[in-house]
Amino acid sequence: MKMIPVETTINGDRTEFLCNSDESLLDVLRDRLGLTGAKEGCGTGDCGACSVTLNGRLVCSCLVLGVEVDGAEVETIEGMADGETLHPLQRIFIEEAALQCGICTPGILIAAKSLLEKNPDPTDTEVRYWLAGNLCRCTGYDKIIKAVQKAAAEMRAA
Amino acid sequence: MADGQEWVEVDASNFKQLLDELATKHPGLAPQIKRGVSLSLDGVIYREAWFTEIGPENEIILMPYMVGG
Amino acid sequence: MALDHQAKRDFKVVGTRVARPDGIDKVTGKAAYGADITAPGMLFGRILRSPHAHARIKSIDVSEAAKAPGVKAVVTSADLASPDDEYYADIRDNCLAREKVLYDGHAVAAVAATSKAAAKAAIRLIKVDYEILPHVTDVDEAMKPDAPVVQEGRALENVPAGMSQNVTSHFEFGHGDLDAGFAKADKIIERTFKTAATHQGYIEPQACMASLGADGRGEVWCCTQGQYMVRANCAEVLGIEASQLRVISSEIGGGFGGKTTTFIEPVALALSRKSGKPVKIVMTREEVLRATGPTVSTSMDIKIGMTNEGRITAARGELRYQGGAFPCGTVEFGAQAAFAAYDLEAVQTLGWNVMTNRPKEIAYRAPGAPTSIYAVESVVDELCQELGLDPLDVRLMNAARKGTLSAYGPTFSEIGLVATLEAAKAHPHYNAPLGPNQGRGLSCGFWFNFGGNTCVSLNINDDGTIGVVEGNPDIGGSRASISMMAAEELGVPYDKVRTVIADTTSLGFNDVTDGSRVTFAVGLATIKAARAAIQEMCKRVAKIWGIDEDAVLWEDGFAKPSGPNAGTHPPMSLAEIAAIAGNTGGPIAGHHEVNADGAGVSFGVHLVDTEVDPETGATKILRYTIFQDAGKAVHPDYVEGQMQGGAVQGIGWALNEEYIYGEDGRLQNAGFLDYRIPVASDLPSIETVILEIPNPGHPYGVRGVGETPIVPPLAAISNAVSRAAGVRMTELPMSPPRLLKAMSA
Repeated sequence: MKMIPVETTINGDRTEFLCNSDESLLDVLRDRLGLTGAKEGCGTGDCGACSVTLNGRLVCSCLVLGVEVDGAEVETIEGMADGETLHPLQRIFIEEAALQCGICTPGILIAAKSLLEKNPDPTDTEVRYWLAGNLCRCTGYDKIIKAVQKAAAEMRAA
Repeated sequence: MADGQEWVEVDASNFKQLLDELATKHPGLAPQIKRGVSLSLDGVIYREAWFTEIGPENEIILMPYMVGG
Repeated sequence: MALDHQAKRDFKVVGTRVARPDGIDKVTGKAAYGADITAPGMLFGRILRSPHAHARIKSIDVSEAAKAPGVKAVVTSADLASPDDEYYADIRDNCLAREKVLYDGHAVAAVAATSKAAAKAAIRLIKVDYEILPHVTDVDEAMKPDAPVVQEGRALENVPAGMSQNVTSHFEFGHGDLDAGFAKADKIIERTFKTAATHQGYIEPQACMASLGADGRGEVWCCTQGQYMVRANCAEVLGIEASQLRVISSEIGGGFGGKTTTFIEPVALALSRKSGKPVKIVMTREEVLRATGPTVSTSMDIKIGMTNEGRITAARGELRYQGGAFPCGTVEFGAQAAFAAYDLEAVQTLGWNVMTNRPKEIAYRAPGAPTSIYAVESVVDELCQELGLDPLDVRLMNAARKGTLSAYGPTFSEIGLVATLEAAKAHPHYNAPLGPNQGRGLSCGFWFNFGGNTCVSLNINDDGTIGVVEGNPDIGGSRASISMMAAEELGVPYDKVRTVIADTTSLGFNDVTDGSRVTFAVGLATIKAARAAIQEMCKRVAKIWGIDEDAVLWEDGFAKPSGPNAGTHPPMSLAEIAAIAGNTGGPIAGHHEVNADGAGVSFGVHLVDTEVDPETGATKILRYTIFQDAGKAVHPDYVEGQMQGGAVQGIGWALNEEYIYGEDGRLQNAGFLDYRIPVASDLPSIETVILEIPNPGHPYGVRGVGETPIVPPLAAISNAVSRAAGVRMTELPMSPPRLLKAMSA
């Protein structure tokens, strides 16, 4: 089975790769492009640890085929900070202890950023339902919700 | 043999001597001692410390070796 | 090591909320977890697993697989060593089945190939001839004399003759006269409870990369709670020497006790040895659920007698725990923890450990305790209901205190149970009004905690910064707490200290990260190592000043003369001393190795309000408050994090999580869709109240806190739901179908 060439944009950078037709975008990111920030927690789209955005839409990269991103724009956790300047969500997550083991953190940050782009002033309930697709086993979600709200407030004031 | 609550008398001045004496005098306890026991001395739990000193005034309880998660 | 006898020590760093050292790496995706590593020439390993719950392996034919494209090695149990020690033999047999497969998902063989796809295709070519045997998955069924036997000859000497061979051990203790105690009771309640097995649910599946040469020297990178444990297990299972194996712990994406043993590392090493290349194995979520270590499932009988005023006069518990296909010892902890919160004149607890055709259990936070305490606290709550008594008042009336002879043997020293109960009673949550279909529940919880083998090396760098080297993977933010304790002791700012987790070649043996032991034991060793370094620095300064060593003291990061007799010498800072270390004798360090004891028990109380939907049986958590004794909260954010995280795990255990086995003995819900853990929208905000009753066994009073929080939620929620639904629930999880059935009965 011959590999398929794909041309795409990842975190603003033009990227080309070859992959098999049955490889997921998650496999491609991690195994072919060295972008290991997205994690495989389940492989079935239930945990959200592999979250990225595809043309601005929040998706589980384990449910997207590598070949599907041809001509598209993909944003991963590696593109969230600007050089050494962290995104407010990233900085506030550290400040508010919104992570313990950190494995779900890239997925949650991508999901939270996506939420705030669509809804800059969400209620706690809206944040919780938006993040319902991102499993966290360490924190109980409490500090995560508080951190998202704190970041949202800071971003609104900017 | 019920662990820890059967009161026995042994001559020992530290944990290791206590275990050695118990295993000799009460052979039924020997397998459990070999598998590992913790020692509670006046409420403080010691998991393996052979040279923990014990005296006539101390309350000593033997418990299964502790693990956690 | 005794609590420092300093009058009300003013902590400068300990107790503040500093940023963790691995924060930036984790929010940018840079942090390297188990599966994030590659190596040149690396092969991909894949494991073939049994589709049967119980079967004899008649033959394994790997010839086709070995010839498949890209395959460089195939291994079975025959490629592993034969440890004499039963403990390691069980680990070996669990990693790759020997004569029988003992549960659905049990590993049978493995291949290493040049791509994931090639490995996946190759395992399909392995032909295993199974003779299917009858299986048993339920704990009570497995105890019956005619039950299918999982393994022969594994029962310990303390099991009475005539029981099924699946019963491997028995445990019994207590004190006082039970009959007399029950005779004194005005009300006696006796109930049987059942709980299903659950999984720790760490989001990161097990992953490792292993490299083992023909000369017996190797390296393993893996996500684990204990790199020294991995080394020991792999050395025994592969027949190599510990010193030849270097194990490096990656960042870990959750453990909770589930990563305190090895599943794939020995297999990866065997494949590497055979192929001559590094081999990477990453488990899928399905493999994690089927074939790592869930909790026990249980069947328990509890009988408690109480006076009309609320005094418990007698208590008896019989616990039956199944721990999967290998002998386990978990019922002991469940039995000891069950009545630990109470001051009882007459108590008896007995326990049975049972084997079934299920994966071998392993710890999930406080192993054995959540289920037994669930049962006990449920009966106490029902007694309160029947007698019309306030549940908190009854707990207070019977609570263990300093000087109480505990139900499991030792007499308690300073403990925080009464303080947490009183804090709960005083909290506005306790008296907030409830609406229709709503109920309030509470439960006490407890875990022993312990210390363990610990090594710390503390180096004073020539620029005056500090390097702490310790051997315990950080699963909750402990690196920050360790750095804080070093900074506190040395009198330097927190950001001058860097704590790293060493591989197995850099330090002596360290017990795994478990038992809520790291902040306690590694902290204690760090403090002692810091004091050793301070002593060395004072020695150097004494020489410079030409005075006695005892005439130099250390304060706030400076060496100072201890009194006017010592002469006038301007204080020397740590940085100044470090800069001239080469002139005064060489680099300065302190180290400490100990098998730490004196960990203090941690008590907690959880208060929860629930609302039950009478049409669907769904439970909503309305409000949740946690009270726990931390001894001394080194980093309050992380203590809160442990409390909230553990509570939510308990919420999942109480309401929805369970291992569902079919008639065929196969796990039916091996994925996150059907093994459903709590999500953000299931939960309210969780309030935490930290109490500090110092532990006399630690210089700063620290108690372990990580495990206790999973203990109270099961009963707290069951009590709340039972009151909301108007029916006493005795089975977990209380999923909507179960609750509906109970409400309509």
